[in-house]
Amino acid sequence: MTQSAANVVIRFAGDSGDGMQLVGGQFTRTTALAGNDLATLPDFPAEIRAPAGTREGVSGFQIHFASHDIFTPGDETDALVAMNAAALVTNLPRLRAGGLVIVNSDGFSAGDLTKARLQTSPLEDDTLAGYRSVPTPITTLTRNAVEELGLSTKEADRCKNFFALGMVYWVYGRDLAPTEAWLTAKFSKKPVVLQANLNALRAGRNYAQTIELFQDTWEVPKADFAPGRYRNITGNTALAIGLAAAAQKTGQTLFYGSYPITPASDILHALAPFKHYGVTTFQAEDEIAAVCAAIGASYGGNIGVTGTSGPGVALKGEAIGLAVMAELPLVVICVQRGGPSTGLPTKTEQADLLQALYGRNGEAPVAVIAPSSPSDCFRTAIEAVKFAVEAMVPCFILSDGYIGNGAEPWPLPDLDALPDITPAFRTDPEGFLPYERDPETLSRPWAIPGTPGMEHRIGGLEKEDGTGNVSYDPKNHQHMCEVRAAKVQKLQRFIPPTAIHGDDEGVLVVGWGGTWGAIRSGVDACRKEGLKVAQIHLRNLNPLPADLGDILKRYDRVLVPELNLGQLVKVLRDAYLVDARSFCKIQGQPFLTREIADAIRQEAAR
Amino acid sequence: MTAPVYKKKDFMSDQLVRWCPGCGDYSILSQVQTVLASLGRPREEFAVISGIGCSSRFPYYMNTYGFHTLHGRAPAFATGLKVTRPELSVWMVTGDGDALSIGGNHLIHLFRRNVDLNVMLFNNRIYGLTKGQYSPTSEIGKKTKSSPMGSLEEPFNPLALALGAGASYVARSVDVFTQHLRDQLAAADTHRGTSFLEIYQNCNIFNDGAFTGFTDRGVRDERVLYLEPGQPLVWGTEQRKGLVLDGLKLKVVDVGDDVSHVLVHDPSNRTLATMLVALDGSGDTPVPVGLFYKEERATYDGAFQAQVAEARQKLGNGELAKLIDAGDTWTV
Repeated sequence: MTQSAANVVIRFAGDSGDGMQLVGGQFTRTTALAGNDLATLPDFPAEIRAPAGTREGVSGFQIHFASHDIFTPGDETDALVAMNAAALVTNLPRLRAGGLVIVNSDGFSAGDLTKARLQTSPLEDDTLAGYRSVPTPITTLTRNAVEELGLSTKEADRCKNFFALGMVYWVYGRDLAPTEAWLTAKFSKKPVVLQANLNALRAGRNYAQTIELFQDTWEVPKADFAPGRYRNITGNTALAIGLAAAAQKTGQTLFYGSYPITPASDILHALAPFKHYGVTTFQAEDEIAAVCAAIGASYGGNIGVTGTSGPGVALKGEAIGLAVMAELPLVVICVQRGGPSTGLPTKTEQADLLQALYGRNGEAPVAVIAPSSPSDCFRTAIEAVKFAVEAMVPCFILSDGYIGNGAEPWPLPDLDALPDITPAFRTDPEGFLPYERDPETLSRPWAIPGTPGMEHRIGGLEKEDGTGNVSYDPKNHQHMCEVRAAKVQKLQRFIPPTAIHGDDEGVLVVGWGGTWGAIRSGVDACRKEGLKVAQIHLRNLNPLPADLGDILKRYDRVLVPELNLGQLVKVLRDAYLVDARSFCKIQGQPFLTREIADAIRQEAAR
Repeated sequence: MTAPVYKKKDFMSDQLVRWCPGCGDYSILSQVQTVLASLGRPREEFAVISGIGCSSRFPYYMNTYGFHTLHGRAPAFATGLKVTRPELSVWMVTGDGDALSIGGNHLIHLFRRNVDLNVMLFNNRIYGLTKGQYSPTSEIGKKTKSSPMGSLEEPFNPLALALGAGASYVARSVDVFTQHLRDQLAAADTHRGTSFLEIYQNCNIFNDGAFTGFTDRGVRDERVLYLEPGQPLVWGTEQRKGLVLDGLKLKVVDVGDDVSHVLVHDPSNRTLATMLVALDGSGDTPVPVGLFYKEERATYDGAFQAQVAEARQKLGNGELAKLIDAGDTWTV
């Protein structure tokens, strides 16, 4: 019988070569088209193919979908698909009591158990007691389903993820059509592979329907979205589209210089086909060349952008300082990952805030903006270009692996409502001085090579204000350091009043970046219990919003949850002398709702 | 439109030149100002990009657009500028430490990509701005402040490095060979692609006389081989010395009355260029100057812009609304 649920969390888990991210993406797509709100969490190892069957090689994809607004990929899972023994034992701890587990029983040979470091088979001991387990010989059934096509065993086994997806589709009453259409487009030139995957998908659905092992199937009603057009989008894609929009808004070509790095490479992949939208891309020989070429492009009048993760930012620091000194626009995207050093390349973290704010030699102030969700990346990209161009300064975008790879529904924006971006190009040579400042913005003119009568020289040596000539004058240096900082501070004019969610007393929870959804869920949970709690979420880290100091002083308690060892909390204490408390998690995983709620309860009870 | 007429002083900036008195950079600056003034190009179309070091102060003294960037990174800035503004004439100034030590990676990738710009590498075989440490072109055994018992490092041969990295234009001149240097600068400008010009430059403070063994007027004719396309590889008093092929090696011979057995210079011959760049003046070999190698091939900036044009031709000018309303969309 079909039951109704308000929200469901499913996790697909298998070997990193099993195609779990692929079927997770398909389930996400189908779910979006079915009208549910959703949030996803891809969770995979750094190795492309870690040793098959091992715990280290397990790749997971979690999706939370609901008939109401949701903000996180979910704490516990309601259903788990496990393609082998290692995937089962590493993901079972997140499955709720009584949850559904679809297990590929062909993934529990003696060899599989050894690789998963298990003495006994979880299918035969009491591991699965307390769950509704459906052991299914998925590999065997897939081979049977594609037998007529004459594929090799290896080729046949590659379809087993779609068999599993077919089963899950049946349990949650999903239409096969979107995935069938996607497969048809993808394998249009490989009819045998197409047919094999279609066979596997349909066989999985039919098998689930036939065996009657599932006591219930589930239906999640459509979410109550505002009328309009929606798109399912990841943060990295939203950033790329936002950059293209900014290019069109400025009327200038956007130049993206980048060096491949996890988890930022998808931005380069997304931008490379955007040439006809006024976007050019340059895959540089290293991180340093990527930022330097972007600055060279800005010098030439393009919107120079570079994208990377934390290790790349460390390498780019000197060049970012040059853009500060030369006062050229530059956008630096940092999709944060676990650090230090190579750290946890595929896991999320927020530990590059202080690097973005301060990680350069000398006094080198830059603007810093952090998107709060995958779809928020679109707006952030446009804002960052606006800041960079209108203040002639580098602007950081601090995304992270969680929102970069995570997906959510995005209400398509009204293009006419996007902010204007006005570059201060100067073409009139009369009285031109390279460092003459606009008294309102403190920004200097953008005079690009090729403009007659305005030949001038810039560089990394300290400049005399106005003329831009090299200057070692002591007082000029202090003046220039102060004016570069003041110029960034003046960007406060673009920051809207801070939105406060919740109560006007009690615990104020202050977050930034990709933790918005978990904090919102935790705050709402505590407010339902009757606690006085409010949330503000900072998108602008430099400059900070003008009203922030007053808001912080209105609350007795200030709690700052971060996926680091306490970085924003240092900034807030420094700027406002506020007794803010830190709540830190640094495990490569996003916050769970209950972790935030527990921290709020503790703070409220303190 | 008639070409603008400039004098050398039109390319001199109002900034005080601050190199040490007697530095070879003065001569190079003067020749560059003279040559750029003569090219018939509007002054605003020149951009001079440098890294860090004595030579890299160069842009401040040129009355053109100029960008004094980061140590070793000038090739990356110049690449970003040139692909953005392909109509500009971009001149890169670098030194042996800047280009071959801290910036070695960027330099080889510049050669490989063949971005259409002119690279002037001022090679004085020493670190000058940091006051006299050995450089990647200093000879082995060089005693400096940082190598009191002598440098342990084999030097780079910049021209061999350029050839190995796929440079499409490889040439050399000398700070004091003023006419030769002007000719080489003008020739480099005509090449479409990365024109690499190594310029031997005397640092009279930290490495004085590094090149006098073949640049002094008394010995110059005996030691320097002026490479001329299509001409026999001969030098010395009355052009008595020449290069012939001995198996797979070059051999110095007394030409005698008949030059017909002497090798004729062909800058399109990579094998010959590889042998010529190895000549260093040791023993009876000459020091060649001039154009060693030149190859016509696609430029990176040209191909970069061609892809943009191709995309626009095939797909039209992109419409933002279509870009956004794509992928997995639905209507509520």
